Amino acid sequence: MAIVIDETTRVVVQGLSGRIGQFHAEEMIEYGTNVVAGVTPGKGGSTVLNRPVFDTVGEAVAETGAEASLLFVPPAAAADAMMEAADAGIRTAVCVTDGIPAQDMMRVKRFLRRFPRDQKMRLIGPNCAGIISPGKGFMGIMPPHIYTPGRVGIVGRSGTLGYEAASQMQALGIGVSSSVGIGGDPVNGSSFRDILELFEADPDTDAVIMIGEIGGPQEAEAAAFVRDHMAKPVAAYIAGLAAPKGRQMGHAGAIISAFGESAQEKVALLSCCGIEVAPNPSAMGDTVARILNPTRNAA
Amino acid sequence: MDIHEYQAKEILAEFGVPVPRGGIAFTPEQAAFRARDLGDQRCVVKAQVHSGGRGEAGGVKLCETPDDVREFAKGLLGTSLVTKQTDANGKRIDRLWIEEATPIDRELYLGFVLDRTSQRIMIVASGHGGMEIEDLAEEDPDRLIRMIIDPAVGLAEYQARELAFRLGLKGSQIGQMITVLRACYRAYRDLDAMMVEINPLVVCRDGSLVALDAKMSFDRNALFRRPQVGALRDPGQEDPRESYAADHGLAYVGLDGDIGCIINGAGLAMASMDMIQLAGGEPANFLDIGGGASPERVCQAFRTVLSDPNISVILVNIFAGINRCDWIANGVIQAYKEVGIDIPVVVRLSGTNVEAGRKLIKESGLPIISADSLADAAAAAVTAQPQSIAAE
Repeated sequence: MAIVIDETTRVVVQGLSGRIGQFHAEEMIEYGTNVVAGVTPGKGGSTVLNRPVFDTVGEAVAETGAEASLLFVPPAAAADAMMEAADAGIRTAVCVTDGIPAQDMMRVKRFLRRFPRDQKMRLIGPNCAGIISPGKGFMGIMPPHIYTPGRVGIVGRSGTLGYEAASQMQALGIGVSSSVGIGGDPVNGSSFRDILELFEADPDTDAVIMIGEIGGPQEAEAAAFVRDHMAKPVAAYIAGLAAPKGRQMGHAGAIISAFGESAQEKVALLSCCGIEVAPNPSAMGDTVARILNPTRNAA
Repeated sequence: MDIHEYQAKEILAEFGVPVPRGGIAFTPEQAAFRARDLGDQRCVVKAQVHSGGRGEAGGVKLCETPDDVREFAKGLLGTSLVTKQTDANGKRIDRLWIEEATPIDRELYLGFVLDRTSQRIMIVASGHGGMEIEDLAEEDPDRLIRMIIDPAVGLAEYQARELAFRLGLKGSQIGQMITVLRACYRAYRDLDAMMVEINPLVVCRDGSLVALDAKMSFDRNALFRRPQVGALRDPGQEDPRESYAADHGLAYVGLDGDIGCIINGAGLAMASMDMIQLAGGEPANFLDIGGGASPERVCQAFRTVLSDPNISVILVNIFAGINRCDWIANGVIQAYKEVGIDIPVVVRLSGTNVEAGRKLIKESGLPIISADSLADAAAAAVTAQPQSIAAE
């Protein structure tokens, strides 16, 4: 079943007419993703990759029944595009854009609260690699061939570190049900907890690996969720053991500024909550193998 | 992006926060002139560097006369101030702020930050100003007052009023505090700040409120629409390598080790640093070349990393999604030609167009050490260090 996206999900690409949007949409279509339309204000009526382009998300939804949107929209216009998608009835939006002002994201998150719970759009990202359900479809910028279809969920902040985990798992013959990048920004759409909740409810996922990093409280919140509400085993890796305090490490959100935000503190907390933490980033695949089959490895 | 105290005070004053009278000085003579300009009274000379803890480090002094001011300024200007927040080299002092001395009755702490839990702007306040917020939070977290601001409504008057009462303010101070809070919030919101801190906010002996110190930092992602904020950047306070990298679209943070890192993606960059440490080495830097890196950008990354004199090995670790391994490989080869590299380089390529990338490296005839996995790459980088350096 996978989470968020499968081969039936009708996807619209906001920013399809742009160079980057077109490049990745082509990859998505080749992989089998059900891309039904594009949206580029002012380019309505044109066709890109044999898909109709609309001026507004509302028209795309009305004409094609699009239910998910992938955003390749420049930082200055991205927040507005997310709100447009929510208002048009899109159920899931994935935003790849890096460099969106934090206060724009605060406004987006406040805007999403206008909608009743059952109509609220799920936002993934921004500043993320997207989501893939291997063998079914993907929305994002990841290289899809590194994911083998299977039964382990991946959720991480970093795109490339998620690739690293997927390829280590592939080398061990472990497949992926879905992989979700939640992005490296301090104000983001879905949290680790939100995605773990979906994996816990997904009958096609047996275990999950969570890839966190320094900064922010979302790994701690997720750890409490794992301890109190998850039956499936969870592995983790936290990047940034070598990162100094108070310095921003690339991601806008990757900065140790408060108690509990260092990698060491997060590792200790996760371990306390019953999560199997990989000792180093090369051991992510092995750690997943261990939680899938604890008896064999204990012997 | 950080700015100086005096710049923060000027901004906050425009929004309606009362600040002491004062002026900026780049020379001892200017400093003495500023002191005379303030009239016949004591004044405070404050070194303008992007760091807290300036008072303890000797960067702030209460002076009796303009001559005292000139002498103190002479001793400070052109030197570096080492505080507990800077590294051992400190930050260069090239300007001073001279302001009138304020008779203090009470010191308060006031900060506006981005709260990562609620993902909203949060006010943090305390009746014990003058201390670092970290110390306040550690000593007595329950006495810190925290308030979350709803972005759709802004700072509500009742919140400001409640905060003033909880800080024990009285009479006209309540109204003054509400003015200060609204001004700080508007400055935060309208200029895309990430932090506004007034520490201390003082209650003077005459009952008036004054911002004795001020600190602001801004969202780099919003500078495109805040040119007036961008103009306040002082490159003299930045690590020159970090400035160069930022100007070329690279995220770079200088560290203490000797293994230079060129990685794509912030998470993989942090993980590679972790892996180097585990293999027994020390990373010299964090560097994320970002997505869609051209050979030119790879060259600039090499220039940035090589400008650190401590470098003995370079590790290039790329897991290409939005990037392309063949472009990265071409960039590495181009760097050999254009930048000149005389230390070992370890390259690990994975992901999009990996075969083409590896082929380019192999056929280049350059002494590049190839690695297949993250662990191999880190181990190879540590092993490739010249023995004399590795033995130290």
